[in-house]
Amino acid sequence: MALIEIKIEGRNYQVDDSLTVLEAARSCGYRIPTLCYWNHGHNSLASCRVCLVEIKNPRGSRLFASCVYPVKEVPASKGFEILISSPMAVEARKTAVELLLSNHSKDCQTCAKNGKCELLDVANLTGAETGKFIGEKTPTTYDELAPGLIRDTSKCILCGRCIERCKEATGIGILGFENRGFKTIVAPIANRSFSKVPCLQCGQCINVCPTGALSEKREIDRVDEAFKEGKYVVCQVAPAVRAAISEEFGHKIGEENGEGKMVAALHRLGFKKVFDVNFGADVTIMEESHELLERISKHTGPLPQITSCSPGWVNYLEYFYPELIPHLSTCKSPHEMQGALTKSYFAEKEGLDPKDIYVVSIMPCTAKKFEKERKENAALGVPDVDAVLTTRELALLIKRSGILYDELKEETFDPLMGESSGAGAIFGVTGGVMEAALRTAYHTLTGKEYAKVDFTEVRGFEGIKEAEIDIEGSKVKVAVASGAKNAKPLLEEIKAGKSPYAFIEIMGCPGGCLNGGGQPFVKPSLLPKEDKDILDTYLSKRANILYSIDERKSVRQSHNNPEIKALYESYLEKPGSEKAEHLLHTSYIATRERYPH
Amino acid sequence: MISEIRNVKELDEAIDTCTKEFEDKISGAHGKRAVLVCGGTGCLSNDSDAILQEFKRLVEEKGLANSITVNHVGCFGFCSQGPFVKIYPEDTLYCKVKVKDVIDIVEEDLVGGNIVERLLYVDPVTHERVQRQDDINFYKRQKRISLHGCSLVNPDFLEEALGYDGFKALKKVLLTMKPQEVIDEVLASGLRGRGGAGFPTGRKWQFAANQQSDTKYIVCNGDEGDPGAFMDRSILEGNPFEVIEGMMIAGYAFGAHEGYFYVRAEYPVAVERLKTAIKDMEKVGLLGDHILGTDFSFRAYIREGAGAFVCGEETALLNSIEGKRGMPRPRPPFPAIKGLWGKPTCVNNVETLAQVPYIIRVGAKEYAKVGTEGSKGTKVFALGGKVNNVGLVEVPMGTTLRELIFDIGGGIPGGKKFKAIQTGGPSGGCLTEEDLDTPIDYDTLVAKGSMMGSGGAIVMDEDNCMVDVARFYMDFICSESCGKCTPCRIGTKRLYEMLSKIVEGKGTKETLKEMKSLAAVIHQGSLCALGQTAANPILSTMEKFPEEYLAHVERKECPAHVCKRLIRIVINPELCKKCSLCARNCPVSAITGVPGKEPYHIDQNKCIKCGACLASCRFKAIHKE
Repeated sequence: MALIEIKIEGRNYQVDDSLTVLEAARSCGYRIPTLCYWNHGHNSLASCRVCLVEIKNPRGSRLFASCVYPVKEVPASKGFEILISSPMAVEARKTAVELLLSNHSKDCQTCAKNGKCELLDVANLTGAETGKFIGEKTPTTYDELAPGLIRDTSKCILCGRCIERCKEATGIGILGFENRGFKTIVAPIANRSFSKVPCLQCGQCINVCPTGALSEKREIDRVDEAFKEGKYVVCQVAPAVRAAISEEFGHKIGEENGEGKMVAALHRLGFKKVFDVNFGADVTIMEESHELLERISKHTGPLPQITSCSPGWVNYLEYFYPELIPHLSTCKSPHEMQGALTKSYFAEKEGLDPKDIYVVSIMPCTAKKFEKERKENAALGVPDVDAVLTTRELALLIKRSGILYDELKEETFDPLMGESSGAGAIFGVTGGVMEAALRTAYHTLTGKEYAKVDFTEVRGFEGIKEAEIDIEGSKVKVAVASGAKNAKPLLEEIKAGKSPYAFIEIMGCPGGCLNGGGQPFVKPSLLPKEDKDILDTYLSKRANILYSIDERKSVRQSHNNPEIKALYESYLEKPGSEKAEHLLHTSYIATRERYPH
Repeated sequence: MISEIRNVKELDEAIDTCTKEFEDKISGAHGKRAVLVCGGTGCLSNDSDAILQEFKRLVEEKGLANSITVNHVGCFGFCSQGPFVKIYPEDTLYCKVKVKDVIDIVEEDLVGGNIVERLLYVDPVTHERVQRQDDINFYKRQKRISLHGCSLVNPDFLEEALGYDGFKALKKVLLTMKPQEVIDEVLASGLRGRGGAGFPTGRKWQFAANQQSDTKYIVCNGDEGDPGAFMDRSILEGNPFEVIEGMMIAGYAFGAHEGYFYVRAEYPVAVERLKTAIKDMEKVGLLGDHILGTDFSFRAYIREGAGAFVCGEETALLNSIEGKRGMPRPRPPFPAIKGLWGKPTCVNNVETLAQVPYIIRVGAKEYAKVGTEGSKGTKVFALGGKVNNVGLVEVPMGTTLRELIFDIGGGIPGGKKFKAIQTGGPSGGCLTEEDLDTPIDYDTLVAKGSMMGSGGAIVMDEDNCMVDVARFYMDFICSESCGKCTPCRIGTKRLYEMLSKIVEGKGTKETLKEMKSLAAVIHQGSLCALGQTAANPILSTMEKFPEEYLAHVERKECPAHVCKRLIRIVINPELCKKCSLCARNCPVSAITGVPGKEPYHIDQNKCIKCGACLASCRFKAIHKE
């Protein structure tokens, strides 16, 4: 790292010469407002112009977008000075925000991003007046056809963050700019609905959207309706939710495992049972490792076997690599398995009619909203899962009920499907399914426990990871990818017949469920108490919660979970049994149209 | 037909043969004559292709095929007088030729040897008929460098280009000059980019030359989008070989071996001729590996633009070539450092590259004799609007606006008063009466609040309302903004709305103030040059015609009687002959009266100010107020 001397507002500073003016100013104690800038700005479009600063040199003065302007271009030695609060710069930033507001629907009160809106934040920061410019607005589109997400262009400020995020996370690039001039909007091709394009519904775009232009499709109303109808409403919570839910109540990221308080809140919200999808994850491991064993020993299917817990990833495969569907595990995702078990195993035990049970999944994920509507996921003639709420929706549910989250005493999940192994807990992080599977697969294949529990080689946030385990002399290679984009090279390898792996874990979202499209927003400008580099660290902070849950568990392997043992002994008999196949396994669609009418 | 030009000897031979042939054709050696028909887009849309075919048919029919050649050539420039037919060796220029005139030209001139007087150009002042092109005032003050060969050589034939100075510069460069010497020569010539901003071409090349990279690109910007401008189109249509040669010289100078022509798809003729030219050059070996037996290899490709104005902005253009949406990239990094596909790239305008072969042929010193201190050479303007001689004009830098508008352009039609000239298209500004004697070059235009731009020059007379003109340009910008950055996307719309308020009589002095401060932010804060210059038409008209704006906002009057909401159309009862013609022409039945008995009257509540009555009245009884 080389240093360069720059001058900001009359004072000289030594800064890293690889920085942009924005980052350099930040390191010198200035926060310049931003909108289109996102995480180090490597994809920044420099389009919103709310980060304009005046750069003065002996020949004159001009405004530049600080988010992309390199400090290398403005050394103090050549007479350059950066002015953040000059009248010209202040006026320009204010005007940019006022112009954005003049073309914005401004229904902040009911907006899904109320309190999480970066536009509102920069409006406050720049002193923008909402009524400054009044005029025609760009014709808008409201798309709520897709089960996972809603696009409301009346709130879009065309920063392009979602466009870049989609490319970066999925490699698809569903979103782009459409139309020209004042009519420009951000949309899937030809302004189609998300449901009419090969969108994974992963919701990564929602997480980076600075305004309410992109949001999850809420299902709280459906849950309310179920309660009103007097249904037996059961809820089940995904592993990753507990790692982030406390953030919604003012806790720093990674500070608190919210499991106990969350369960307490859910009990108070009136759910008859509060089950843990970590249990469902354990079931998944049982079934998935059995399936792997069958593929290896009886050649019941091609290798490598690929995980199927991430519905965004399953969408990707169906849309872009349908010929590889035979590689996909037939296991339903954990919450679907558990929903089916709730409506069969649990229902039988309690003497309930599956039709009267209403299963609500609390998920870090928007694609799960799509997944629950798949016709294949209805083992008992009714959907395995009836509603999916995101972590953010759960927080709203709690706040709406007047429950003071931080004053809750911790409670535990309800029995029958409330106990879980450490393996189930780490399903929420990339590599976790693989690690959990490895712990059990060895046992499934050999009947013996593997000496090692922690497979650290599949931990971490690299796009693709690989590992090798020795199963009684034969080496088995496995790989892990997160972010659909990173799946591509592994899939191409399989297509070419060159894949060296027996088993591959793929998650649709980079980092896994922790980073799902339904998780609390990580917007540095709205989280002043977090570290400056929070966007680089929040994933590992959330992951640490899951790994510490795993560590503290007395049972670390799925097959050793006593409730799992009970489930198989008393109900399913064994993994892959006829009953298990019926309840816990699914099929996929090789003919999904990418651009249906 | 030339089959191979693989080395210098073959090139020399080709040049000798072709030059002789071409000179013979023009000079009428061996008793032959030549008929050249304009094949520019303007004349083509006036049936010049049918004229060409008719000539061919009749020449064949009369058994003249052995003594008379007929072919099309590029744009003559004087578009308001087209289609043109030129006969050599007499150098007779026929104007406004129609298909039915061809028989007369063939029988009277080609067979009979007599000039068809009625088809000659008539000088609007002296009313004399002029036979030769060079004697027409429109052409007298022009100097053709970029338009070299346009309207003279057949753009579809490599042989004709070779016969008219083609590839002499390339030969000189490849065989006698080092790349740095070429850059130095272009630097010394003082050539500046003809696309608008006027950046020194040699310096651009030098930046790219200084980059270490295995791959570099030269891109020719032919995305001419200014309303009314057609310089680049005419050059590409008239002599594509010259531009390719310029591109190759640029490539040699800074180390590019591949070149892209980015041409609007709305220029199908230019694209077609460029394609033919590239194909023919590849065939003989003038494009490809080891050109003329040297180590220099070069390939040229064409990319058609989909018609977005913003793609004339170099970084948007590069995105478009890469297959992305045409949206500008932030600079730095500049294309010379990181351009097409991340490689060092120079983007040069068509006209810039067209000047290069000439500079090399005559030398920088000779070239620099033409022009002003800071702007060398010639510039092509597309003269349009309220001017008698509409067309393409290539003049030395430093020519005054008066010469351009009155001597070459022939003044304002209908004896109206000159009001302003807009240079630089929607990015430029307007110049007025007091600027008429300013020598035009890059720097004087900027000093006067306008800019050179790509060369659009639209003349306005007393009937133009400057607020309305500003509104027209703002409307154009609003729909042509790429939509990327906030000030340009939304700001220009708000400016347009403010202007609309003013022309509707709803503006106040406060509106003018708001407009000015918003314009300043758009100018300062936009991402690319399109946005940064978007407000120029407003700022420049506000500065040059403040009283006209004030009339609109304070007195709610439009002095030029253009803004419909601010005018009334009335019938003077004393002049009205009660003929009822106006009433019959009124589309909304706003005019009432009794034929022959009562003078007619316009109901102002119904009138939509379309002006149909004004045009229909034969007694000048109707006027605007």
